[in-house]
Amino acid sequence: MKKIEAIIKPFKLEEVKDSLSELGIEGMTVTEVKGFGRQKGHTEIYRGSEYTVDFLPKIKLEVVLADSAVEGAVAAIVKTAKTGKIGDGKVFVLPVENAIRIRTDETGDKAV
Amino acid sequence: MMKKTTSVIRLLAAVASLAMLGAVTSSLHAQSTPAPAASPAASATPAPTPMPFANATMSNQIAFLEAAHSNSDPTSTGIAYESDPGHNAWMMVSSAFVLMMTLPGLAFFYGGLVRSKNVLSMIAMCFGITCLVSLLWWAVGYSLVFGASFGTSGLGYFLGGTENFFFQGVNSIPNTNYAFWVSQNVYSIFQLTFAIITPALIFGSTAERMKFSAVMLFVFLWMFIVYFPLAHMVWGSNGLMNGVWNANAKIPAIDFAGGTVVHMSSGWTALILCLILGKRVGHLKEPMPPHSLVICFLGTALLWVGWYGFNAGSAVAADVIAANAFTTTTLATAFGALTWPVVEWIFKGKPTVLGFCSGAVAGLVVITPACGFVNSTGAVIIGVIAGTIPYIFATVVKGIFKYDDALDTWGVHGIGGTCGAIATGILADPNVNGNLLDSAAPAHANGLAHAIATHSLVLAQLKAVGITIALAVVGTTIIAYIVKFTIGLRPSTDAEQQGLDITDHGEEGYNL
Repeated sequence: MKKIEAIIKPFKLEEVKDSLSELGIEGMTVTEVKGFGRQKGHTEIYRGSEYTVDFLPKIKLEVVLADSAVEGAVAAIVKTAKTGKIGDGKVFVLPVENAIRIRTDETGDKAV
Repeated sequence: MMKKTTSVIRLLAAVASLAMLGAVTSSLHAQSTPAPAASPAASATPAPTPMPFANATMSNQIAFLEAAHSNSDPTSTGIAYESDPGHNAWMMVSSAFVLMMTLPGLAFFYGGLVRSKNVLSMIAMCFGITCLVSLLWWAVGYSLVFGASFGTSGLGYFLGGTENFFFQGVNSIPNTNYAFWVSQNVYSIFQLTFAIITPALIFGSTAERMKFSAVMLFVFLWMFIVYFPLAHMVWGSNGLMNGVWNANAKIPAIDFAGGTVVHMSSGWTALILCLILGKRVGHLKEPMPPHSLVICFLGTALLWVGWYGFNAGSAVAADVIAANAFTTTTLATAFGALTWPVVEWIFKGKPTVLGFCSGAVAGLVVITPACGFVNSTGAVIIGVIAGTIPYIFATVVKGIFKYDDALDTWGVHGIGGTCGAIATGILADPNVNGNLLDSAAPAHANGLAHAIATHSLVLAQLKAVGITIALAVVGTTIIAYIVKFTIGLRPSTDAEQQGLDITDHGEEGYNL
């Protein structure tokens, strides 16, 4: 099992979700986050006081999958989240030790 | 906890004893003055005992109604003064509009501009001042500003009198020193709403770092030392600087709706108070952006609408002068709200919503003293001034000297009010306001008409500006140090960082 963590542009969320659904992926978790990488922030001016806003709003999408499904899912995310401009985000893949579905006590691949 | 309870009980006891004092004075008044005192305006033309409308001749009845229609003096008809429903209706609406400028207009305008942890402190400040000033106004304020028992010279130049303490004699019959056709109780509430918004404006400069208790004590003292004397000097029937209505005025200055009384007094107080108070923790080191420009915009729009009551209502009648003030207020505000963001666009690259809001408020401030005295061209000139000079103070000057006028109360109200008072002296047009040159008007006796004819009115305006700044600066310095060395001005650094909503009021603005 692996966990995919994708940081993407907020307006790309629907497209990414649809592409994952097409692959038969049935669940995911999203969080509104703020952060920055190479894309710098922007400047806001209030009556002449200038503030640089470094942290930009992004979406963090998390999904845990069986090893066999990971490659396709990552490819789908990268394809649909890409605009080609700086600030498109990143995808991380992490190993997961176990998963338990609380309702049924199922474990492992059956639970994800 | 114990200490707090005791101080609350003490406060309640003080209010109760004030009310009892009111009851005692009212019975004294009833005994000592069995006959109503003749008003100075009426005594100027010794008239026979006023008769009821029904007993008068038809020609006098028609003349009486015509006087109501044109908002003029009905004394010669011999009919007893009574209020006119049309003028009264407009003044009641105007009063409600001006109250709306504070609650919720100013509370939203200032509340949106602070960080979310201090939004309630702005609402509490506006609400607390509304109630405290209402109490003071009922007890002594109205009388000290608009009474006349201190006479026409000496003390009478600076304060009104004691005859209306606890609203004695403030009933539905007009006080003809101020209006022939508006009930005195309506007039007193209209003026109360001005006395409320003026101190509330001050605390934009001190935002996010002044204790609620300090705000209340400051306002209590400031009303006596600065507002009541200044409002009487400018608007009281015997006032030192009341050029339009006081034939004995030493300085024949004009201020239609409060450029000196409201905006200069609060704006210059704001500057001195923010200097004595010191800067916010983290000022110029950490970002302090407005938490909601949407709320700030709401407040701005309510201020603009409410300001029609403030400016056009200051005619104290629904007459031709009110109609002119209504028009000039609209034009100056629109031009101010256009100019500010355009200047911003040129120098900073983008026209901002805060720029629109700031320009609109600046336009309203600068036209305030002038609205009933200038024509539409004058209003447009004033709008452009409002969009540029306060802009320079709120952005450039503040950046150079690094004082923490948090919400630009001095930059917009202090500077804007000063620009307005001076511009009124230059742009006043006697064609839009007959009181400036009318041969029967007090303006002839005190030199105002002469000053307008010789284009030297601006000298009287500069004297009024000087007196206003001096009173605000000296008064504020004294009061600020009294508060500082008794209950203290500022919260602890920890409290300030946590936000005044929780530390002063035990609440949060948003529990989302």
